Amino acid sequence: MTPIRVSIVGVLASVLLILVVLELVRGRKLKERYALLWLATGIVLLVLSAWRGALNTIAGWAGVTGYPPAVLFAVATLFVLLVLLHYSTVISKLTDENVELAQRVALLEERLGRDRAREPSPAD
Amino acid sequence: MRTLAVVPAYNEVDAIGRVLDEIRRADPELDVVVVDDASIDDTAAVAREHGAIVLGLPFNVGIGGAVQTGFRYALAEGYERAVRLDGDGQHDASELPKLFAPLLRGEADLVIGSRFVDGNGSYRPPLARRLGIRIFARLVSFLGGQRVTDTTSGFLALDRLGIELFAREYPHDYPEVEATLIALRSGLRLSQVQVHMRERETGASSITFVRSLYYIVKVMLALLVASLRRYPRLEGARR
Repeated sequence: MTPIRVSIVGVLASVLLILVVLELVRGRKLKERYALLWLATGIVLLVLSAWRGALNTIAGWAGVTGYPPAVLFAVATLFVLLVLLHYSTVISKLTDENVELAQRVALLEERLGRDRAREPSPAD
Repeated sequence: MRTLAVVPAYNEVDAIGRVLDEIRRADPELDVVVVDDASIDDTAAVAREHGAIVLGLPFNVGIGGAVQTGFRYALAEGYERAVRLDGDGQHDASELPKLFAPLLRGEADLVIGSRFVDGNGSYRPPLARRLGIRIFARLVSFLGGQRVTDTTSGFLALDRLGIELFAREYPHDYPEVEATLIALRSGLRLSQVQVHMRERETGASSITFVRSLYYIVKVMLALLVASLRRYPRLEGARR
């Protein structure tokens, strides 16, 4: 069985994570879109820390016989991997969009230069 | 028929002037656009002095992204044909007519200037590079269903269909190998002509040892993924 202190620390840590994420969203420092995975992480860890029976059962399924809280680490690690993978896809998309923007800027500047050369601006 | 020469350049101030003069001599009818990939030297100014249109990228996007900028320009300005010719002078402008011939005969949508159509030609790269080039060629031939002899060549010409494809879809770094496969899988008719390429005279090749490892792994992954992906057949593709 999970030691009670481990459960308490687990609950406190997950509640802290949830609160920090909510505060970041509230202060518009984190978009809801990117907060969702973090919130899911916090909630899953909170449930597994508080509901000691469930942690035990899952540990049994996973064949973790000696020390059920190891499942907490495993689940936390899994979620961090998910978040990282998600960020990699976000960065890839941003890279593509960034390059396309640069390309369009290059085309627009060239066209602007051509238009300017054709008709001198009336302001000067 | 309007034709555009796309010349990607990154810090090629020593070579770009001569490259542009050669293009002009080889084909005075060509419009030439230099895509300046955020050079920190005077590449753009020299290119303008030598009569080129300059597309200035606000930051460095890599050779593929730069080349694609030129293809997008060709698409937007309604050019019928485009040719890519690198700003470091390794591609010989006097071979342009050879490259255009299959397009003019209506036989191909993409013409690649290959160093290996007739065996190895005069080009003798180091063993490791020769091996790499050959392996990529075999792979692309196998995955694309047509024998390709030189997939790493950046000397190529496109008709309108090819311009449309590459304006939309062109890998941003180390693009040549994957682009060849994309072209084949999208139904472009590909033809190859023998060209020679010059050793670079100024600047340094962008391929160092660590980069060549990255190059190989990246291109392998790209080929694998490109062969799993579905490419919509182009409107008007005849292959």
